[in-house]
Amino acid sequence: MPGVTQVQTTLNGEVINFLCEPRQSLLEVLRDVLGMTGTKEGCNDGNCGACTIILDGIIVDSCLVLGVEAEGKDIMTIEGMASPEGLHPLQQSFLENAALQCGICTPGFLLASKSLLDQEPEADEGRIRHWLAGNLCRCTGYDKIVRAVMQVSKAK
Amino acid sequence: MEPFDFVTPSTIQEAVTALASAGDQARILAGGTDMLVQMRAGRRTAPLVVDIKGIPELNVMAYDASKGLTLGAAVPCYRIYQDATVAAAYPGLTDSAFLIGGIQIQGRASIGGNICNAAPSGDAIPAVIALGGVCNVAGPNGTREILCEDFCTAPGRNALENGEILVSISIPAPQEKSGASYLRFIPRNEMDIAVVGVGSAVQLDASGQNFVSARIALASVAPTPVFAKEAGDSLAGKAVSEEAVQQASELAQAAAKPISDMRGTIRQRTHLVGVFTRRTLNNAIERARGG
Repeated sequence: MPGVTQVQTTLNGEVINFLCEPRQSLLEVLRDVLGMTGTKEGCNDGNCGACTIILDGIIVDSCLVLGVEAEGKDIMTIEGMASPEGLHPLQQSFLENAALQCGICTPGFLLASKSLLDQEPEADEGRIRHWLAGNLCRCTGYDKIVRAVMQVSKAK
Repeated sequence: MEPFDFVTPSTIQEAVTALASAGDQARILAGGTDMLVQMRAGRRTAPLVVDIKGIPELNVMAYDASKGLTLGAAVPCYRIYQDATVAAAYPGLTDSAFLIGGIQIQGRASIGGNICNAAPSGDAIPAVIALGGVCNVAGPNGTREILCEDFCTAPGRNALENGEILVSISIPAPQEKSGASYLRFIPRNEMDIAVVGVGSAVQLDASGQNFVSARIALASVAPTPVFAKEAGDSLAGKAVSEEAVQQASELAQAAAKPISDMRGTIRQRTHLVGVFTRRTLNNAIERARGG
């Protein structure tokens, strides 16, 4: 019988160890093993982006990563986005622009937006819309989300 | 997902040994963006999953202006379009890497995985066929090369034998006055499966006014990606003209054997092959001329 594997990874800046079966996705591990429920499960097949995390600096759908693949990696989830001093500017902007309703898609949108602006601080509307195509929102119609990201972007 | 054993070989030999030990029961994991979805849905089962991302040769992306590109089978799409040199040398490949899934998918999905998954709609496959790509395979009996156009054998099936892995894809160095383009038709702007996809590559003469050669390949119009050889060959030696492009697009339509399904009808797909063959040829010509 396939057994349980010990995995060491860095989660939101902290080195941690966990046990999981190879068949468990990283999303399952985050939520069910580690209790980090900020990362949401939407479609569970890579279409909706609700489970977006930053893995070694790259956004990925955590439903399409195995927990065992996290060995030696650096993971950032929504729980690592705000600092003790306060919300991340994107989080603040999402609140100010009412860029969320039910909130299921929000952690994924925030991490995807952070990843974009970290690489391209002057991303414009077209670039933001293209970058966020892998994140679905069924409430807002996207416009408020895009406006919230544009408010933080340094694009003229 | 059903339980499975998981191994992470660090050499090609270890991977081949692990795969061969499981007969036809093992699955190779690269980006997982197709494979894990299929396993979760029960469309594929495997008692053994072999993660090949720890093997150095599968992560190589080496470009040399005379030797061409060696693209490790596990290199994710984003590395292609983030590399300015590779992106400039192979715009047709970059087109496909930039439109597979969304940014999250491009962070994991590889061109090698797209080829091995052998979906008729795989966006990278026509692009690689048009560029004359060769699949470098390693297995229990040593290594062999398979032309990309011969690699996919049926929907979801490829030419790999038990114990074999795709190590890398070799793409010839682009010549002066060459250009390529890949485009697909989808009803949305992003994140969709091609109704039709066309990859074209052209080589023009020094004047930029005549075709030396051309290669055209099609997605989503047959059980496998289609190399429309006659369509590309029809351009060789001809002056660049609307008529020549039109004639090639009609030959590409003749090479397509589409079905009607939820994404499109035979008639629509045949029409689209013509439109997208002309469009990608014209893009490729413009790029070959340095436009």
